[in-house]
Amino acid sequence: MTTIPHDSHSPHGHPSPAPERPKTMLWQVYKAAHHFRNKEEEFDGVKLGMWLFLATEVLLFSGLFCAYTIFRIMYPQAFANGSQYLDWRWGGLNTIVLLISSYTMASGIRWVQLQEYGKAKFNLLFTMFCGLVFLIIKFTFEYTPKWSGYFFFLDPALKHHHDSGKTALGGLFHFVEGYGGKRPGELFSYPFSTDPYEHLWWSVYYSATGIHASHVIIGMGFIWWVYRRVCKGVYGPTHYTGVEMSGLYWHLVDLIWIFLFPLLYLIH
Amino acid sequence: MATIDDRNAGTLGDAAGHGGHHDEHGSYLQPKETLLATIWDWATTVDHKKIGVMYLSAVLMMFFFGGVAALAVRTELLYPVRTVEVQGVDAQGQPTTTTTVTGQWLASFLGVKDANIAQNNQLYNRAFTLHGAIMVFMVIIPSVPAALGNFFLPIMIGAKDVAFPRLNLLSWYIYVTGSIFGIMSILLGGVDTGWTFYTPYSTTTDADQLKVVFMVLAAFILGFSSILTGLNFVVTVHKLRAPGMGWFDMPLFVWALYATSILQVLATPVIGITLLLLTFERIFRVGIFDPGLGGDPVLFQHFFWFYSHPVVYVMILPGMAIINEIIPVHAHKKIFGYRSMAFASLGIAAVSFLVWGHHMFTAEGELAATVFSALTFLVAVPTAVKMFNWVGTLYKGSISMTPPMVYALMFLFLFAIGGLTGLPLATLSTDMHLHDSYFVVAHFHYVMMGGTIIAFVGGLHHWWPKLFGKMYNQRAAIVFALIQFVGFNVTFFTQFILGTRGMPRRYASYIDEFQMLHQISTVGSYMLAVGFTGSLAVFVHSLLAGKKAPQNPWGGLTLEWHIESPPTTHNFHKEPIVHHGPYDFDTVLPPGWDPKDYPVPNAEAQAKAYEQVEHIHIGHQGQH
Repeated sequence: MTTIPHDSHSPHGHPSPAPERPKTMLWQVYKAAHHFRNKEEEFDGVKLGMWLFLATEVLLFSGLFCAYTIFRIMYPQAFANGSQYLDWRWGGLNTIVLLISSYTMASGIRWVQLQEYGKAKFNLLFTMFCGLVFLIIKFTFEYTPKWSGYFFFLDPALKHHHDSGKTALGGLFHFVEGYGGKRPGELFSYPFSTDPYEHLWWSVYYSATGIHASHVIIGMGFIWWVYRRVCKGVYGPTHYTGVEMSGLYWHLVDLIWIFLFPLLYLIH
Repeated sequence: MATIDDRNAGTLGDAAGHGGHHDEHGSYLQPKETLLATIWDWATTVDHKKIGVMYLSAVLMMFFFGGVAALAVRTELLYPVRTVEVQGVDAQGQPTTTTTVTGQWLASFLGVKDANIAQNNQLYNRAFTLHGAIMVFMVIIPSVPAALGNFFLPIMIGAKDVAFPRLNLLSWYIYVTGSIFGIMSILLGGVDTGWTFYTPYSTTTDADQLKVVFMVLAAFILGFSSILTGLNFVVTVHKLRAPGMGWFDMPLFVWALYATSILQVLATPVIGITLLLLTFERIFRVGIFDPGLGGDPVLFQHFFWFYSHPVVYVMILPGMAIINEIIPVHAHKKIFGYRSMAFASLGIAAVSFLVWGHHMFTAEGELAATVFSALTFLVAVPTAVKMFNWVGTLYKGSISMTPPMVYALMFLFLFAIGGLTGLPLATLSTDMHLHDSYFVVAHFHYVMMGGTIIAFVGGLHHWWPKLFGKMYNQRAAIVFALIQFVGFNVTFFTQFILGTRGMPRRYASYIDEFQMLHQISTVGSYMLAVGFTGSLAVFVHSLLAGKKAPQNPWGGLTLEWHIESPPTTHNFHKEPIVHHGPYDFDTVLPPGWDPKDYPVPNAEAQAKAYEQVEHIHIGHQGQH
């Protein structure tokens, strides 16, 4: 990527739709921090640092995967029971949403490198939008019904409930009488559980997906920061460190979900 | 630093990236015009030297608190707790029995009236938890890397700063935030879980309050600080070495800190998730570590030690790093086995990930215990390589008995004992007897304190002239070092004996037979207090009335001795080019020294080396 020519006045084959900019863009005058020899070394350094940081994130989640494995071995029946209540369609939809967001993130970096700022900004905004969609799906259709017994719409797959007529938020959510809460640990109050240790499945589920969701929020924060800086003209063909790094972080968030999805939703 | 002021973006110019460095040729300690401006300057600095000094102050303060807690623990153990029944006769002539409890120093010191034994025991539990948590998380882990490492690692590789200066400042603030969480927990009454936060202690004791959560979060937050420092150092070493400094031209201090940083980056996230799950456990009762809910408390131990064993080497490797520097400089001799030293550091780092199970010999299956026992013996190999290399360096060296050298010799002696007593603990059959006894306590104090803390204080003596540009009273420093040495052995050698006789750790009382040894140990801890207070006095005296330090008081060859004492803001006036190895005492005149004071033993070799250096010199000039 660093082979893109430094000369900004010839945006090599992509004529900018905007009229010629009168003032110098920030990325053109960007200098590396004083303790780096040049921009390239700084970029390499930041990238190495980011990869190390991503390694720590992977290790952080590895603890959760380890806990998942151990409890799965200890209580296979509880895990089989618990995972049945996760709808693979919601998980699958979220997987698609995140994969699309990873694509738009990568495109955003590319458009910044090509000085197509309009497209870059759209892609970054769309990435954040996907993050938001992911969280909305997660909280509305997965956490809320499981935790509280309020369903956005009634799931016909549920055999053991009857409509109590209680609703919330102007009829958007229906309460299912006697459903209880599929909550972690001691808070577990689902009356139809057939395994005494099912609450551990939910502990692992909420810990893993909750920590992942917090990473989605942090990732969106990074992208928002980068988006603002793209608007200011900080990034361009010769300086796009921030965009690339937040992109790496976002791909990690995506990658972790790619592992969580089959482990939680697909295998029983 | 890296950003450009948006408003001036239109004006191109060389000055753009370097605004605000008007006095880069002055000492980094130079105060600003007003006190407030100086404080603001330090609070927002991205200068690795100032951040190092801020870490140093914070660490020394926490060392004081941890030390006070240790003295409280030892004072409680001066006398065993005893219930005394006094038979008497009251005014009516009826026989009476009065029960009094003696030996409850902590309860009476803290003014708890009519404390029963359980209350006093809880106070004792809190005192040793406080001591352990502060010393491990807030003192030993950040002491050498974050304080001395921050200051000297960039200078030693010829860099102006660490790779991410603002991240460096952030990690200092994270450290302070973590420490504040720890202090909040203490102000709420303290925790009695032990520094290891074993479940179910940590999920059931003090159930009505958030003290444990605060302390656990403190350790979690401090972990982030540790990760960021480690990450910063790894990138710094990879990317910012001066021209002419290959990997095997780096000082061994840098090598050992590099190994430490890798451990910090790879191990700390695991404790992060563990402590996070522990917090969930505590607040939401998720049951992952709670056997009552089907969880597994041994899983916590596995998670905890998967981090905390590598962290034992996060603690000792930097100590070794300092000894790597002190011994060759003060023996004026090339270090013996440079490469084996570098690889031993990496070897220790690698092996450290495979041995966590030896903390749980009594909690895991026989096969696992056997495997972990066998792997644990592997640790002895690189460690012994280092010991022999240090001794080999001393052999036929021209040893100056300076305070840093005295500390280095103390380290060799104490660390050897600490290391060798690890072997009976790694052996399953003997460990069954010694597990959780005072033998273990003495063993890890010989390593953690006799190793790391003594090396840290030795490193402070070694680099003090460079840190603050002042010399200190060397005679007094040696006297206090010897007091520490004697005090240390009196305190902890007795504990080996107590341990082999069956004294278990973490008890506020003991049988009468142990009283003599306990009292000797307590007296030793008071000697240690005197010794460390004395060292502090030496340093304070140096700051107030010390002579100005020369550029290179000990005759070192690493790059920090090439620059002023104290260093200027940008460390070097121009990018240094490395001409010689860090320990080429045979062929290189120490910078700032007169050839009359330091006849280079091998002048011919020196001439040849310079000849070779010229080529390197030119080659690198071509690149930059």
